[in-house]
Amino acid sequence: MPIPKAKKLEMLRSLLLARRFEEALTELCQIEGKIPGMMILCTGQEAVGAGVCAALQPQDAIISNHRSHSHLLAKGADPKALMAEIFGKRTGCNKGKSGTLHLAVPEVNAPCTTTVVGGGPPIAVGRAFAQQYRQEKAVTVCFIGDGATNEGSFHEALNLASLWALPVIFVCENNLYAGAQRFEEHTRAPNIADRAAGYAMPGVVVDGNDALAVYTSASEARARAVAGEGPTLIEYKTYRWRGHGESDLQLYQPKEEIAAWQATCPIPKLRAEMLAQGLIGAEALQAMESDIAAIVQEAIRFAEESPYPEPHEALEDVFA
Amino acid sequence: MQTLRMGQAINQALREEMLRDPDVFLAGEGIGVGIHHSPLLPTAGLLKDFGAGRVKDTPVSEAAIAGLAVGAAVAGLRPVVEIMFNPFFTLASDMIVNHAAKLRYLSGGKSSFPLVVRMKSGAGFGAGCQHSHNLEAWAAHCPGLKVVMPSTPADAKGLLKSAIRDPNPVIFIEDLALYFVPGPVPEEEVMIPIGQAEVKRPGKDVTVVTWSKMVGVALEAADQLARENIGMEVVDLRTLVPMDKETLLASVRKTGRLVVLHEATRTGGFAGEVAAVVMEEAFAHLQAPLRRVTGPDIPVPASPPLERFYLPSAEKLMAAVREIL
Repeated sequence: MPIPKAKKLEMLRSLLLARRFEEALTELCQIEGKIPGMMILCTGQEAVGAGVCAALQPQDAIISNHRSHSHLLAKGADPKALMAEIFGKRTGCNKGKSGTLHLAVPEVNAPCTTTVVGGGPPIAVGRAFAQQYRQEKAVTVCFIGDGATNEGSFHEALNLASLWALPVIFVCENNLYAGAQRFEEHTRAPNIADRAAGYAMPGVVVDGNDALAVYTSASEARARAVAGEGPTLIEYKTYRWRGHGESDLQLYQPKEEIAAWQATCPIPKLRAEMLAQGLIGAEALQAMESDIAAIVQEAIRFAEESPYPEPHEALEDVFA
Repeated sequence: MQTLRMGQAINQALREEMLRDPDVFLAGEGIGVGIHHSPLLPTAGLLKDFGAGRVKDTPVSEAAIAGLAVGAAVAGLRPVVEIMFNPFFTLASDMIVNHAAKLRYLSGGKSSFPLVVRMKSGAGFGAGCQHSHNLEAWAAHCPGLKVVMPSTPADAKGLLKSAIRDPNPVIFIEDLALYFVPGPVPEEEVMIPIGQAEVKRPGKDVTVVTWSKMVGVALEAADQLARENIGMEVVDLRTLVPMDKETLLASVRKTGRLVVLHEATRTGGFAGEVAAVVMEEAFAHLQAPLRRVTGPDIPVPASPPLERFYLPSAEKLMAAVREIL
């Protein structure tokens, strides 16, 4: 199936928005007192969020993880509300309760982001169960990293999802590092997707830096899921350009390795293809870039000018 | 008034709520087809009546069971999931502690998690410490969870119905031995609000605060002490979180003496919390130091004499009362 032009434009926009959003965060988090807590970025991996979310419908849910920015932006989260939350401001999407790590955007069907590695898969099973229970034509995507696949909860979730033919897509972004451990130091199997065989579900290995390949594979998994054929495990091979977090000096990542993967950056790849095919012109591309730059600047302005919550607001929102 | 055992009363609550609300579903290990066949067990007959779409037998996967509840609840369903025994809470605890309890807060109040986790607790059936380990204080220590521990069939029914309708995660702990104890249950719909203690027996001399199976122990002691003209007021907390401080404090202000009784082990047990509330808010009314009667700080042993030694008894409770009278 050819990918419609509108979808390609959507993906290019998602890629650029996530990249520019995180480029801004990379600088902002270095400024003392600007952004509280950790800063965990998905720079270089944006094609997974962009491609998967382009394959989804509004009624589809996503459960994200600590490296969530591209997922949430691609699913349609408001950059201003995200930025304000990352700044710890009251106008943030979670009123300053979550910060950058646990961003929840239920209005775009991203009900929770969990930073507990392996926390997502069981919740995705439950979210997908609700879709099956209500006979919705909808799926739940669970974004995890390679590290999460060594948690017991991942295996419990895959087994149950397969047993009940739940409409889940387990999306593993294998960025080659779990903390400071390179993939082969934590997993013997050559591919994470191989593990799907143990749960009698399809396991697919895809180039995670190719947004179009991501879109196609996610679309196929979605079609299977809504047809009642159950879950899929997709392993997207990609690379973590930055450290685990911004305080990580990346002493364990060879410089040549980083450079080699940067040469496969998903943005120029899709951009060049679209320019060559005449799907976008230089002028329109420039307009898209300018528009995104303005969105990011406006998000930062909004976050900076927003008030912090009052201390007593900490007591709110524990119970419904 | 009907007479039901607690297991049957829980069964009635589940049945009524499933009939009332199509979003209520059950999941757990052996809740449909199980290894035990007693009609007195809480989920007996529900698979037959509601079908496999709503009564979900799961693999032995506590993390997936609890995660199923979290993910289904945020989508608006009303999951009632079962963790077979309280000690297996550990296997489900990431989903309960880090997710069910925290995700509403992390959403800034946008999402809610209306789920119930039922767990069996209690020593007394010789299974030893990996099946008998009362961990209610762990759950109570996690903001975002409500914790309910009924002592009678009527309370179990009314509280479970409230728990299922509550928009928050509720940890509902059922003592296995109580499943088989009969009691009166109203024929008409019974709803008991979460967070309301009950004075089971009035008394003038000493307050005993307790919950779950230990309520029976307290009432037995109260009967015996009554023959000596000692008036023991028995307060059944019923809900640990939120705690009904008003009923607790009113009783202590009246009697001036307090014993907290629970089956769980002593150090870090919930008696410490009850005691602290009383010390902070009713210290001036205390006429004697308070006492705790609890399990000793040991894993629950298997051998009958050892297990009996572990369990708090009416004798131990009466001894504690006499110390402070």
